[in-house]
Amino acid sequence: MEQIIVNGLILGMLYALIALGITLIFSIMNILNFAHGQMYMLGGFVVYYLYGVYHWNFFVALGMCILILALIGAFFEKFFFRRVLRVARREESSMLLAMGTALLLENIALISFGEKQRGVPPVVDGVIHILDAYVPAGRALLFFVASILIIALLLFVQYTKPGRAMRALAQDKEATYLQGVDINRISMLGFAIGASLAGVAGGLLASIFPVFSGSGTAISIKSFIMIIIGGAGVVSGAIVGGFVLGMAESVGYGLIPGSITYLLIFCAVILLLALRPQGIMGKPWG
Amino acid sequence: MKQSRFSRIFVLIGFAVLYLVAFPLYFRNSNYHLGVVITASILSCISLGVWLTFNIGRINIGQGAFAAIGGYTTAILTMKLGVSFWLCLPLSGIMAAFIGLLIGIPILRLKGVYFAMITLCLTEAVTLVFLNTEKLTQGASGIMNIPRPGALAFGGITIIPAYQAGHYLYFYYLAAFLLLLVLIGLWRLNVSRIGWIFRALRQSDTLALSLGIDVVKYRLIAYGICCFIGGMGGSLFTVSMQNIFPTSFRVTDSMYFMFYCFLGGLDYLLGPVVGAFLLTGSFEALRVVQKYQEGIYACLMIALMLWLPNGILSLKFRERVSQNQMKPEGKEKG
Repeated sequence: MEQIIVNGLILGMLYALIALGITLIFSIMNILNFAHGQMYMLGGFVVYYLYGVYHWNFFVALGMCILILALIGAFFEKFFFRRVLRVARREESSMLLAMGTALLLENIALISFGEKQRGVPPVVDGVIHILDAYVPAGRALLFFVASILIIALLLFVQYTKPGRAMRALAQDKEATYLQGVDINRISMLGFAIGASLAGVAGGLLASIFPVFSGSGTAISIKSFIMIIIGGAGVVSGAIVGGFVLGMAESVGYGLIPGSITYLLIFCAVILLLALRPQGIMGKPWG
Repeated sequence: MKQSRFSRIFVLIGFAVLYLVAFPLYFRNSNYHLGVVITASILSCISLGVWLTFNIGRINIGQGAFAAIGGYTTAILTMKLGVSFWLCLPLSGIMAAFIGLLIGIPILRLKGVYFAMITLCLTEAVTLVFLNTEKLTQGASGIMNIPRPGALAFGGITIIPAYQAGHYLYFYYLAAFLLLLVLIGLWRLNVSRIGWIFRALRQSDTLALSLGIDVVKYRLIAYGICCFIGGMGGSLFTVSMQNIFPTSFRVTDSMYFMFYCFLGGLDYLLGPVVGAFLLTGSFEALRVVQKYQEGIYACLMIALMLWLPNGILSLKFRERVSQNQMKPEGKEKG
């Protein structure tokens, strides 16, 4: 049981990283990034090639993950979402656009990398003994890196100037504009950070889960579940959602065989929605 | 104005003749071509349900789930209990609508992105249900060799004869009949009072509520109809394919149903039909690039949103608007 809880905590921390990315983009631009899972998948491939194949340093590979995905995110925002948000009369438009980008990334990955499942060797060897649980040192490292990234992100959003501009943008777009904030630049930055969070999570999890071109949809669905559980657009909600899902998955896979776990999670989510549609941390909305 | 209406009816009749008479006559021996149109008809039928949920202002990415429910209902009823297909078809729709209503009560309270997210999860959840109920659905290996429809007899008189092997024309007309039925039904609904209520719901729940409209009830009605159509479409699809797997309707399929609506234009009843026929048809024509199908679909989605966010049918509309703008000028000159 201790083993399950420790595993759940590690998974939860990484899931929180994924959920933070999608909730960041959602709160700033009001766009649901369907391509989040695909960005995660690309991050996994970056680490696979740089660290697994070309034997770069793991942390340099992670840095490249952040950089490459940030560029992709910024590109999407500048050339696709900005225009659609401006011309569209319906909010569905940006959603279909996001689905289009998701399918595009997945298809590009499928064509260039094939369907093969790949893995990378663990970053550090050895096992750490906590209470009654044994944790491979590699996983402990993931936990550590993910928590540092989350803390760094929270500090960035809370105390820096662009971070404050992002929070303002999430609250009220027009008021932010009146304060002289360059909305386009902040949106682009937000999208880039959101994308790079997905990418770095993919890079980190490459050493636990297989890397393959079809892994994106499942991650997108997981991140939707997380922000539904926690409450969309709320930073604390994303973290809570990540930990709840990580723990539920860990306990479920530990005790119940096969894919029934996710079925139960889906049922629980629908029940939760019936009782509390705005999620655990979300504010009530009309 | 009247003239444009007549010309529109004329065009519609032209397409109907092409669809019901000319095409099947010309290709009556080419099962391949008939198959493409059968698929397009069934897909546009299923997408019409999605269109109805758009009409009440909900983004539905869960139609694949209800098509799968309909398909499995038909498969299980015909295989295990030997029920006739003609009874299964409406039963599948009713089953899908029932489950849709049950799930709809909690989730229809959600709006916009939230509803989209939960319906997307629903597609995945239903796949998992069918994967895990192996006694009934045979899990991942799916149900194969589903019997083709038998004869529909009523009081000793055969109304619809039994299917004969290799006779695709049979399914062609079956699919066409279902599509026309759904189209006419939705058109009637759309111009009736309920249609106006649905559009009021799309504009503002609060406003509709203040006018004394039972918002929850009409939302459920719309979603129930949507699921009913999805279930019937899934049922017909399953029987025409003769098999069904948990992965027959995936998340991408649910997204495509939505895409068909967008491609044709959300403001038009014929939008999903136009979208489904265009995409299915063009990709069967370009079999060479099948490998890149998803990629090309994706580029199309992005391009559509960037340059034509209101769909293909809006092109025609734009033309007419510009003509109308021209007319007054001409009058002034005259």
